[in-house]
Amino acid sequence: MPRITIASVLVDDQAKALDFYTNVLGFVKKMDVPAGGARWLTVVSPEDPDGPELLLEPAGHPAAIPFREALVADGIPYTQFTVPDVQAEYERLTGLGVNFTQPPMNAGPVTVAVFDDTVGNLIQFVSPNAS
Amino acid sequence: MRDVADVYKALADPTRRAILDELVAKDGQTLFELCTRIFARQDEEMSRQGVSQHLAVLEEAGLVRSERQGRYKVHHVDLSPLREITDRWPQRS
Repeated sequence: MPRITIASVLVDDQAKALDFYTNVLGFVKKMDVPAGGARWLTVVSPEDPDGPELLLEPAGHPAAIPFREALVADGIPYTQFTVPDVQAEYERLTGLGVNFTQPPMNAGPVTVAVFDDTVGNLIQFVSPNAS
Repeated sequence: MRDVADVYKALADPTRRAILDELVAKDGQTLFELCTRIFARQDEEMSRQGVSQHLAVLEEAGLVRSERQGRYKVHHVDLSPLREITDRWPQRS
């Protein structure tokens, strides 16, 4: 049975992405090795260091530019992360200057919010609502 | 000159009325934000493409217009075409 061990986001700048995903979002660096002129650069949740890795992958392919611009224009997040409390994360990150395109919103079974990751993507936070 | 029939056609669909409700409640939303709100109304079974097509019909009728705001494309509600209806059939009190 295959397992999901890695997911990727395309980023404008790997160094800037690493700074945002670790120092702002709170992930920790797992792998950082040279690869094909760039870096094989992954982060993990400190609560799950052996869990799925997020690959911060250079958005170098020409098709990546219009694709990502179109997603951002429509406000569509590239991926999503689960947090215990979207409202608390929203307040913490807003205090750090993160720009939310969608403040926390109750969407039935979950609360969601969407923010700009500063390296070309919108990302959604989701937390389950108490039922 | 826009055909007034477009306004009636635009209003005939419950999802399009829901989209107008959401834009009246909060003007200036992206497609994704509108979809999140529409999907959260559990009475609506709709895909993102579906919402996008409904928005196009509303734009055609002049009830919604989209505008580029930096990197984002946001949708605004414009209820002025509804005046044609009340002008034609004014309410008597």
